[in-house]
Amino acid sequence: MTRLRNTLIAGTRGLYLAIVSLAGSITLFVFSVLSIAFILLGIGVLTTPAVLTAVRKYANLRRVQAGEWSDVHIPVPYRKRPADLRSGVTGQVERCSLLLKDPATWRDLQWLLVDMTAGFVVVIFAPALVLYPVYGWVLALGVWKPIYNAGGGEWYGFIHVNSQMAANGAAALGTALAVLALFVNPAVVRGHFLLARTLLAPTASMRERALAQRVDRLEETRYDAVDTSAAELRRIERDLHDGAQARLVAMGMDLGTIEALVEKDPAKAKEMIAKARQNSGEALTELRDLVRGIHPPVLAERGLGDAVKALALRLPVPTEVDVDLPGRAEEPVEAAAYFAVSEALTNAVKYAEADRVWVDVHHEQGMLRIAVTDNGKGGAVLGAGSGLSGIERRLGTFDGVLAVSSPVGGPTMVTMEIPCELS
Amino acid sequence: MRVVLAEDLFLLRDGLVRMLEAFDFEIAAAVETGPELTKALTELRPDVAVVDVRLPPSHTDEGLQCALAARRARPGLPVLVLSQHVEQLYARELLADGNGGVGYLLKDRVFDAEQFIDAVRRVAAGGTAMDPTVIQQLLSRHTTDEPLGALTPREREVLELMAQGRSNAAIAAQLVVTERAIAKHTSNIFAKLGLPVSDDDNRRVLAVLAYLDQGH
Repeated sequence: MTRLRNTLIAGTRGLYLAIVSLAGSITLFVFSVLSIAFILLGIGVLTTPAVLTAVRKYANLRRVQAGEWSDVHIPVPYRKRPADLRSGVTGQVERCSLLLKDPATWRDLQWLLVDMTAGFVVVIFAPALVLYPVYGWVLALGVWKPIYNAGGGEWYGFIHVNSQMAANGAAALGTALAVLALFVNPAVVRGHFLLARTLLAPTASMRERALAQRVDRLEETRYDAVDTSAAELRRIERDLHDGAQARLVAMGMDLGTIEALVEKDPAKAKEMIAKARQNSGEALTELRDLVRGIHPPVLAERGLGDAVKALALRLPVPTEVDVDLPGRAEEPVEAAAYFAVSEALTNAVKYAEADRVWVDVHHEQGMLRIAVTDNGKGGAVLGAGSGLSGIERRLGTFDGVLAVSSPVGGPTMVTMEIPCELS
Repeated sequence: MRVVLAEDLFLLRDGLVRMLEAFDFEIAAAVETGPELTKALTELRPDVAVVDVRLPPSHTDEGLQCALAARRARPGLPVLVLSQHVEQLYARELLADGNGGVGYLLKDRVFDAEQFIDAVRRVAAGGTAMDPTVIQQLLSRHTTDEPLGALTPREREVLELMAQGRSNAAIAAQLVVTERAIAKHTSNIFAKLGLPVSDDDNRRVLAVLAYLDQGH
């Protein structure tokens, strides 16, 4: 029963693919060729990006269908578009040349050609193997007669249908084809996608190029990570040296003096004991602040959600926190996310002068997504030296990204995405 | 008065045991881990428990969770929670059941033995002992808004001490004024904040804390 269902589904999909690969591929191919040819006249520069983007969307749809329908995975080969494209005509020219320089564009066009011919021929078998047997049976049920009488020498496959006998033969052949369809139909659709994959998937050199880019990026983020952690260690060393350590030395000295004074001048000794106690209290406070800066205790005890809530409670402005995390991320990811939120909140209060802040933390499709929004005066930029770019570097170590939307006049929205799994 | 003590660091546990014994408390049990604490709280039925937030084996907020669970099983079970850091989030959870008999203090507060013992006794008697840091954080969020902004500096000072769980007598002693003056300040504060006046000290503190925590 499932076999029959799969066969019919494959037949329907095959029919759809056959129609689309004829109509869609031919149209897009013609438009692409015309548009690229018109670049010489100038107009093409304006139309080509649009047409090629449509081609990419069309090809991507086929890639997705290949995965969903036939379990054929076709990676997307396109080069990443740089984020800082100019607007206006120069931007358009730049976009056009970037698209034309991408070898994946030319392979897409080749695929359009193959799709409208070989792709169509392969995939048409799926609906044909379902529909043709039906025709054979219809002939055998008597329809052959009027056709024959009208003078039509109807052929069914290799059978010339000129008698009931031959018509029965046609029905038998149709049945055989239907049985064949039961076995091969899903494979036919799969075959179509495998054919598409030969041109739609990235080639070895494209993969190499992508890998090389990835290596560059990893090198960069690793350097940043080493650099920031070294700076962090230096800061911690300095804080300990000038803070808690110095206070403990002072305490030790005070205790020595107290020892000498305790019999001669008990009143003075008592005074110094109070001072020593105060020193120890301050040393503790400094250590606590330091610990909070290294790894906040609530984060260790409760995880990211409650740590962000605790952080919000410390802010002088009302902050709404919405957390939807079904588990805990790995500790370094949690810490990076926490400090990112902390920085964004500090900015909201200190620079944007917001009087309301919203934090949203959730996890979906393998991504930890965080948004910090405030109603302050906006105008925040992700430039060198700003706290936000430090956060961006830190998130980069985990392949995380940060985006800031902050028009002058507000509101400011800082969004972060870190790929990670929850446990 | 029988105390159950939970603290995983030997030096601190030892010091606390000696301090509590010096002030005539009976140590019913001094335990190191969360499961031991739960067992001691259910079986020994102490008059008060002094609990470190972070305990083994998980080294997360296990002590706090044990204390909260024990208070759910036995509402009003007096618990004083100690920690290296204080969080409003935890204070709120401890106060959430509105039952009183809770304390939440920084570990530093044990330096001042008398104040600390006073806090333990207050909690055991069903009162409250909130760390000054928690109260300051709560108050700092209301610096400008009405009606807290309408308090005089003195009233604010009294409110701060009251929110920590101190009695009128203790506040009077600390600010070096008469108890009657404090009573007058408190009734002014309650009038300005629009809170119902209560003779019960503990109810009073819980009302003030709930007031300060609202809207966040």
